Amino acid sequence: MSTGRFGPFGGQYIPETLMNEIQRLEKAYSHYKSDPDFQAELKDLLDNYANRPSLLYYAERMTKDLGGAKVYLKREDLNHTGAHKINNALGQCLLAKKMGKTRVIAETGAGQHGVATATAAAFLGLECEVFMGEEDTIRQALNVYRMELLGAKVHAVTSGSRVLKDAVNEAMREWVSRVDDTHYVIGSTMGPHPFPMMVRDFQSVISKEARQQILEREGKLPSAVLACVGGGSNAMGMFYHFIGDKDVKLIGCEAAGKGIDTKMHAATMAKGEVGIFHGMKSIFCQNEDGQIDEVYSISAGLDYPGIGPEHAYLHQTGRAQYIPVKDDEAVEAFEYLARTEGIICAIESAHAVYEAMQIAPKMSKDDIIIVCLSGRGDKDVAAIARYKGRDLHE
Amino acid sequence: MSKIGNAFKNGKAFIGFLTAGDPSLDKTYEYIMTMEKAGADLIEIGIPFSDPIAEGIVIQEADLRALKAGTRIDDVFALVERVRKETQIPLVFLTYLNPVFHYGAEKFFARCQETGMDGIIIPDMPFEERDECAAAAKAHGIDIISMIAPTSKDRIQKIAKVGEGFLYIVSSLGVTGTRTEIKTDLKEIIDTAKEVTDVPCAVGFGINTTEQAEKIGRVADGVIVGSAIVKIIAKYGDDAAPHIYDYVKAMKEATIRG
Repeated sequence: MSTGRFGPFGGQYIPETLMNEIQRLEKAYSHYKSDPDFQAELKDLLDNYANRPSLLYYAERMTKDLGGAKVYLKREDLNHTGAHKINNALGQCLLAKKMGKTRVIAETGAGQHGVATATAAAFLGLECEVFMGEEDTIRQALNVYRMELLGAKVHAVTSGSRVLKDAVNEAMREWVSRVDDTHYVIGSTMGPHPFPMMVRDFQSVISKEARQQILEREGKLPSAVLACVGGGSNAMGMFYHFIGDKDVKLIGCEAAGKGIDTKMHAATMAKGEVGIFHGMKSIFCQNEDGQIDEVYSISAGLDYPGIGPEHAYLHQTGRAQYIPVKDDEAVEAFEYLARTEGIICAIESAHAVYEAMQIAPKMSKDDIIIVCLSGRGDKDVAAIARYKGRDLHE
Repeated sequence: MSKIGNAFKNGKAFIGFLTAGDPSLDKTYEYIMTMEKAGADLIEIGIPFSDPIAEGIVIQEADLRALKAGTRIDDVFALVERVRKETQIPLVFLTYLNPVFHYGAEKFFARCQETGMDGIIIPDMPFEERDECAAAAKAHGIDIISMIAPTSKDRIQKIAKVGEGFLYIVSSLGVTGTRTEIKTDLKEIIDTAKEVTDVPCAVGFGINTTEQAEKIGRVADGVIVGSAIVKIIAKYGDDAAPHIYDYVKAMKEATIRG
């Protein structure tokens, strides 16, 4: 059996053509992970280019309005490029460069990871090509143009259901075709080992900062931390340094679309089963023959039929809970946060904000919760307007 | 040795692939029989999967057509039973790990044995993950066909040593689908593998012309053709039999010439 497991989950279920490359990546990452020069270079990029550390913002109006736990927001939306994705993109692109790669490819759903990768590639002088489901190039047209501005080539993927899952398929096919000079910058805590571990490490800066910030601010740990989950990168980043703090609840919010009793959802934990796909053993939405389901969410970034293997493990061991949040609930939270705090967050992050709105009033004023605001919502404004019946186009 | 060895007994083998249920299971049955009549030595039957990441667009679309037509795994087993009433030609499946895993490896390989399958190729199950199927496959006498790629290098002998049935030598980087040129030094890969195994080596990915089949027939024990056959099925649908016959016959002759 391969290495890189979280309990039974994880592994390296990929074509033979990629095996030597993935093992080379495993070795390179394990080297640079403990290389002080690499870590210093990355920290410098994060601090002086990506605007870290990100704010831990006390949402006082929201707290008063909800009348329970104190609500803090970890403001990944204030990072350069507007989401947590830059943490991982800079890490992987720097690693790719150290490995002698001249070209990076990436998949993207909402376009945030594509933009982050295109940004890191432009900054570090790497060629960049991004695969995006055709459906998503329409709902996130602004991000397509941003990637092009950054010098990346965007491929609209027309196979399958033309969303994130299909973009991953196509990026993997591209990687198999051109592996020598190319690194595949996987955008979430998914895929074959070492990606789930490596992406989590690069994103764990979120909880490393948040834990320190809340201790400085409040002198104690939060009762719960919340994050939205698609593949699970901002959630793993938000959870990681709290995993050992047994009294801190870890809550992942997955996309329930039009409801988990309909076929229109992407609620992997609620409705999925153990399977093997996209290089990993994890939980997937699939049918009775193991065919991967076409899933749905208003949020292109959560519109994925699987979840990272470490989340599957945290779920199995009961360390983290996963709650489905529907489209209309996320939209409600999106509008609520805009009106109460003056923050327009990504529709992905709004899934976690909604759950915070549900649990905060039931908690005491001594409790603290931290919500990871994984991205900003500029990209979603037009789509939400259309969802609300306004004929607005970018 | 399993029945797969029979495919390589009379000189160079021609291995033909098609996707079960494209355009229908009845037609798949007919086209398997057609390929055998035209001289194919072994048939690879694709169990359609929703997301075949090692396939090019031709086989991806065949998989989606087959699934849209309602093809289920149990239907494919029923197809194999029907084929086995007529012929003892070696048969192997090509599919992805999730359908097998979800069906349950033990139950899946038990059905393979009951229906008369001989082997299986799973492109997303590399050497390191063989444990997902190895015990169940062995218990039911089904060969796991391992793949060796142009990038395998120091892995070739490790993979070859556990080779069963035949070794599937991937001709070039990338996914399945026709190519105009194959540049990989296949002889070097095959020679390296042969140092540690007696299992035959067949080459696939990108082969579609008789010239290519002849050239590869010179260095390999067999030639595998998938996308080119699936293309004929996509083009002619229910009336593909004579076209498949002519194509397979020409390719088999070219393979033997090599």
